[in-house]
Amino acid sequence: MSAAGGGGAGTGGARGRRDAVALRLEGVRKSFGPLEVLRGIDLEVGEHEVVCLIGASGSGKSTLLRCMDLLEPIDSGRIVVHGEEITAPGVDVDRVRRRIGIVFQAFNLFPHMTVLRNVTLAPEKVLRKDPREAEAEALALLERFGLADKRDEYPDRLSGGQQQRVAIIRALAMRPDVLLLDEVTSALDPELIAEVLDVIRELARQGMTMVIATHEMGFAREIADRVCFLDGGVILEEGPPERIFSAPREPRTREFLRRIVEAGRL
Amino acid sequence: MRPPGAPVEPGPLPAPPGDRRARLLGGGRPRREGARGVAVAVASTAVFFTAAAVVISRSPGWPAIRAAFFHGGVFVESFPKVLERFGRNVFIFSVAEVLVLVLALVIAVLRTLPGPVFFPLRLLATAYADLFRGVPTILVIALLGFGMPALRLSGVPSSDTFWAIVALVLVYSAYVAEVYRAGIESIHPSQAAAARALGLSRAQSLRYVILPQAVRRVVPPLLNDFIGLQKDSALVAFLGGVTEGLRQAQIIVAATFNFTPYVVLALIYVAITIPMTRLVDWLVARERAQRETGTAL
Repeated sequence: MSAAGGGGAGTGGARGRRDAVALRLEGVRKSFGPLEVLRGIDLEVGEHEVVCLIGASGSGKSTLLRCMDLLEPIDSGRIVVHGEEITAPGVDVDRVRRRIGIVFQAFNLFPHMTVLRNVTLAPEKVLRKDPREAEAEALALLERFGLADKRDEYPDRLSGGQQQRVAIIRALAMRPDVLLLDEVTSALDPELIAEVLDVIRELARQGMTMVIATHEMGFAREIADRVCFLDGGVILEEGPPERIFSAPREPRTREFLRRIVEAGRL
Repeated sequence: MRPPGAPVEPGPLPAPPGDRRARLLGGGRPRREGARGVAVAVASTAVFFTAAAVVISRSPGWPAIRAAFFHGGVFVESFPKVLERFGRNVFIFSVAEVLVLVLALVIAVLRTLPGPVFFPLRLLATAYADLFRGVPTILVIALLGFGMPALRLSGVPSSDTFWAIVALVLVYSAYVAEVYRAGIESIHPSQAAAARALGLSRAQSLRYVILPQAVRRVVPPLLNDFIGLQKDSALVAFLGGVTEGLRQAQIIVAATFNFTPYVVLALIYVAITIPMTRLVDWLVARERAQRETGTAL
């Protein structure tokens, strides 16, 4: 969208090209009881684009991501993935979710399964892959992100950083078109954050389309093609990270960033 | 008939009834004060039971009681007969337990189905649970055991054993379904969200993610209900048509005017129940230990 003027295009070099739209939100609204959390969200995410959602706690970032994966039904508006409206009545939500991966703040690994089984479950049961093929692919992913030696461990034997990396691998094993990351480092001890961010950097390099809700402003500035500032349930301002972080236009954005700087987070 | 202690209501899980006892018995407690503690326990136990034995055996009615309930000759003679007939109870409760495990799970899953479409199923499952938890087990056994064969429908079995099993399955499935449901509801919704987000259907996420975790949590309360079921297999004696343990004991009592066979049967029940309660205690302790190492990391 060009709401904030020229956002998106041309940033981040070749990766920033917006040749096709992966995900489009039009006037998305969502209330929980009397509380209207999303008050008309318009957002377009190009293929291979990395969009970071920033904003204070309660600004609607997590809800927005959960709506994109249909984990929360929206009240009005439309969500379109690669040209298909996934919020239309009668859409098979299970089929939609195969194309969209989401990683949660609290990892949500399955505690009764080994690391390997966590990763192979959905490819086997949902994509009906041959178990040996699913296992080979899972092992290749674990290998790539340095977790091959943990294949037979149970999640509670891993550090938070390792658990979150497994959760990301679990989502990747479904080969999603879009990956949604919901504050994936917020539950981690500071020394474990870097290993998770490295994984996300690697994915961005390979052209994974991602929407990332984050409090890590330095990381957002580094990795995002576009940054969206959420405030009061709307995208108040969006644009390339250099502009949003160095020359925000909206007073609310300026105040949010000032508080972040004061807290030493930027 | 049955003390209402056995059923476990849904609530914070695990609700381990053996938990406190296991701790009082010294399971897993610090070992340093162990030797002295054991000595004190042995001494106080010996004193208590000696005193109890003295008081009871000195009571004026004791010789009569001993002859009526603890008659050595009757004991020796009735034990093999009662034990043999107790095999029928073992058959009844074993078959019933397997069926309860399945039927209760079906009912529990029905009760957790979401949305207005499934309202009739939820309603049926709820009505079922309410009905069979409300009616005393012995009445269910009597109504089915006397009533169904009297219909004389062709194809309807008339065997007392059959209807006893049906009655026990109906009553205990209602309890065990609640145990399962408490287990299902104790699994955090984020687990279902993670499963559904991966594209698993509702049924798949239930089968692969929710139920394996839920069932593991409810094994102790579930075994508790099975102890109740095993004891309630004695209620079949009420039907009279099947000579199981209690019926056999009654027959000998009637013939000898001696109550020792009841004591024999009581001892047999205790002998099969104690290993089960110890198993429950052990499972509870193990689960707690696992949880503690899990959170320590």
